[in-house]
Amino acid sequence: MKTKNIVRFFFFFILAGLTISSFGNEVGKNGEDEGKFNASEYILDHISDSHEWHILTKKNGESVAIYLPVILYSKEKGLDFFFSKKLAHGHIYKGYRLEEEGALKGKIVSINEEGEIDEENIPFDFSMTKTVLGMLFSAIIGLILFLTLARSYKKAGISHPKGIRSFLEPIIFFIRDDIAIPNLGSHKYEKFMPYLLTVFFFILINNLMGLVPFPPPFGANVTGNIAVTFTLAACTFLITQFNGTKTYWRHIYAAPGVPLWLLPIMIPVEVIGMLAKPFALMVRLFANIAAGHIIVLSLVSLIFIFKSLAVAPVSIIFVIFMDCLELLVAFLQAYVFTLLSALFIGLATTEHH
Amino acid sequence: MTGTLAAIGAGLAVIGAGYGIGRIGDSAMEAIARQPEAATKIQTAMIISAALIEGVALFAVVVALIA
Repeated sequence: MKTKNIVRFFFFFILAGLTISSFGNEVGKNGEDEGKFNASEYILDHISDSHEWHILTKKNGESVAIYLPVILYSKEKGLDFFFSKKLAHGHIYKGYRLEEEGALKGKIVSINEEGEIDEENIPFDFSMTKTVLGMLFSAIIGLILFLTLARSYKKAGISHPKGIRSFLEPIIFFIRDDIAIPNLGSHKYEKFMPYLLTVFFFILINNLMGLVPFPPPFGANVTGNIAVTFTLAACTFLITQFNGTKTYWRHIYAAPGVPLWLLPIMIPVEVIGMLAKPFALMVRLFANIAAGHIIVLSLVSLIFIFKSLAVAPVSIIFVIFMDCLELLVAFLQAYVFTLLSALFIGLATTEHH
Repeated sequence: MTGTLAAIGAGLAVIGAGYGIGRIGDSAMEAIARQPEAATKIQTAMIISAALIEGVALFAVVVALIA
């Protein structure tokens, strides 16, 4: 099928997903009568990571879910690999149990023979959870997009853009001309372009995928997870540190023109400033995306709090509006993250003027 | 009690963000009215500043959520 049609289907799918998202959450809750609807638990369940991909809950209380593999490493028992179905409903398997409430909720702990939690040796959890699977899926989407792009260049050479190139090329040029060159200078931007492009498209694809709830590989909340954004911000931080020139380090530790007695104050302030910038990157992306998801989920759970069908049209219209806003936020946050990363790298690598 | 205080804190943060972004919008509109040719550049700068200020407000929301 022509790439133009692929792109059209992609956009249609996103728009359809945005509309369907308001209905998708209702399917699971029909017929359940568990007393009061706990909105905050519902929302937090959808936002946070889990070892299974929950699709819906049937009328008799059973849940239909894709059980994801669990990979654990503990110092005593070594490496273990099994599917999380064995740990469902608090069963104990191979001495591990998934805690469902209490301080260690959501973690897998090891249980010794008496049935008590072994607090000292909580196993390292390398499982393929919902977020990991979502990231892998978005990586596959990215690979497909860009390998197709590269192949179309090889076949047709540098000519006027058609197909997938007409979609991706303006974005790539935009990143190069408006983000990379103004901040990094026209001599050195090429070294950092791969990182900036990767970060931009990774964040963009994951943000967009978080908005579409159906089918299973799409509903994972990847960028709304602070561990993921921490890693992205850490990548930017490491790149600025490893590429910092001597003038950059001098400005932090021995800024020119500062009298000696002020240095004990200036150095901690500068170090905190150096660390605060990636911290801000991390929290900005996490909070924007997670807040968007929470707002949409809250508006949908309004229907269940009021338990009346009359709220449904109002709620769904709001949800559609918020989803469109979230679409804008998805693009904007990817752009702002990339822009600020380029700015920080540029600040670290400027020559002495 | 902590929950209510957290909600009040988040609300205060939103006041600050709303005021800030409102001022950005105001000066952006005035600038576009003075020089319509520069409208796209001004719009880009406005969206970027709004995103950064919103980031700060969301810091406060995150702290409120933690509390």
